[in-house]
Amino acid sequence: METFAPFARTLEHLGYHDFRAAQVQTLQVNLGWRCNQSCKHCHLAAGPDRPEMMAPDTVEEILRVAARWSIPVVDLTGGSPELHPRFEYLVRGLHRLGVRILSRCNLTVLLEPGKEHLPGFFRDHGVELICSLPYYQEEMVDRLRGPGVFRKSLEALRRLNRLGYGQQDSDLKLHLMYNPAGAYFPPEQGALQARFQQELERRHQVRFHQLYTLLNMPIGRFKHYLQQSRNYEGYMGKLAASFNPDTVAGLMCRNLLSVAWDGRLFDCDFNQALDLPLLAGLPQYLKDFDLPTLAGRRIHLGDHCYGCTAGTGSSCGGKLAAE
Amino acid sequence: MSHYYDDQDLERFQEIGQYRPDLYDNFMNYYQGVMAAGALTVREKALIALAVAHAVQCPYCIDAYTRVSLEAGSNLEEMTEAVHVAAAIRGGAALIHGLQMQHAAAKISI
Repeated sequence: METFAPFARTLEHLGYHDFRAAQVQTLQVNLGWRCNQSCKHCHLAAGPDRPEMMAPDTVEEILRVAARWSIPVVDLTGGSPELHPRFEYLVRGLHRLGVRILSRCNLTVLLEPGKEHLPGFFRDHGVELICSLPYYQEEMVDRLRGPGVFRKSLEALRRLNRLGYGQQDSDLKLHLMYNPAGAYFPPEQGALQARFQQELERRHQVRFHQLYTLLNMPIGRFKHYLQQSRNYEGYMGKLAASFNPDTVAGLMCRNLLSVAWDGRLFDCDFNQALDLPLLAGLPQYLKDFDLPTLAGRRIHLGDHCYGCTAGTGSSCGGKLAAE
Repeated sequence: MSHYYDDQDLERFQEIGQYRPDLYDNFMNYYQGVMAAGALTVREKALIALAVAHAVQCPYCIDAYTRVSLEAGSNLEEMTEAVHVAAAIRGGAALIHGLQMQHAAAKISI
């Protein structure tokens, strides 16, 4: 029995009877759930054995939609998007279109056999990198992401730094993504960024531009952990109790549309994980993409949305409200 | 109740304000002012609070400031050092009272 109000009702009390997107600034493309890591918090339960991979026709459709509707930003994610056989083809196509390309990188994939050229490829195609590194110490990173991940991540970051990524005044953007290693909320983003920069530089001579803090969404593997550890009710209650109205206007679903590996459309990657499709009456597949219809669409809400509105808020671009 | 401490009681803290709410409100205003960022950061204050929690051996405070410290970005290495600070001061406090013992012994010794 839930002890908090449904998220949709909380928004209604704020005057959002019909919560809608504002635009489609970003097309977030999930190329597949295959990943060389199996993180304990992953909302998609991604891993090396996942078969879900975007079909070549759907990759072509991404390029067609980006061109037809002049999509400003394409955000590539997974799984590990680099493991998709047509990843580089897609990046080259988007680069030709002049699209701003973001790619979410788990870092260790850059050390996988046959992937060592990727840092140079990213640089040559102006790809902005958002890399997972949940802490600046080995113990916490390896506990969350697997043994040896921290050291490999540092090596990947050094390779990127050598190419200019993450260096002061460099246009080669390298951002890090923090998420908590347990059933607690992220720290204040600004203060944590300063500590990350100081510690990574001092201990490991590694540089980056910005740190984004992300709250663990109570779905997928992280929900399983919460339930197993008897933290689920407390965590959900704290999420709801920490609802911050200042986060609502900037929620990522208002500016982003998520494309799943199978070409289906979702309001965000979390809805994709929960199989909560776009609301009835809207185009459901990329092949039916229609910007005017989708830009102002009603959002499919659920109680997991409290994960984006708690405290200073949480999104694929970090916090949403002032600290 | 089968035991003295119940972790659910932490969430019922405000029930202390049922009587003399003026005193409770004064305390909470003071408490929140103390724990807000000032010359020290919220993270630093949380580590001090965690050390004090161990010194006064308050299980509610240990629960609360373990979480607050993690949510402020501290790690277990730093938090363990904070606990050692509490242990060192408590240990030192016991040892320095050894002089009291020596004084007391001197008073009654030939």
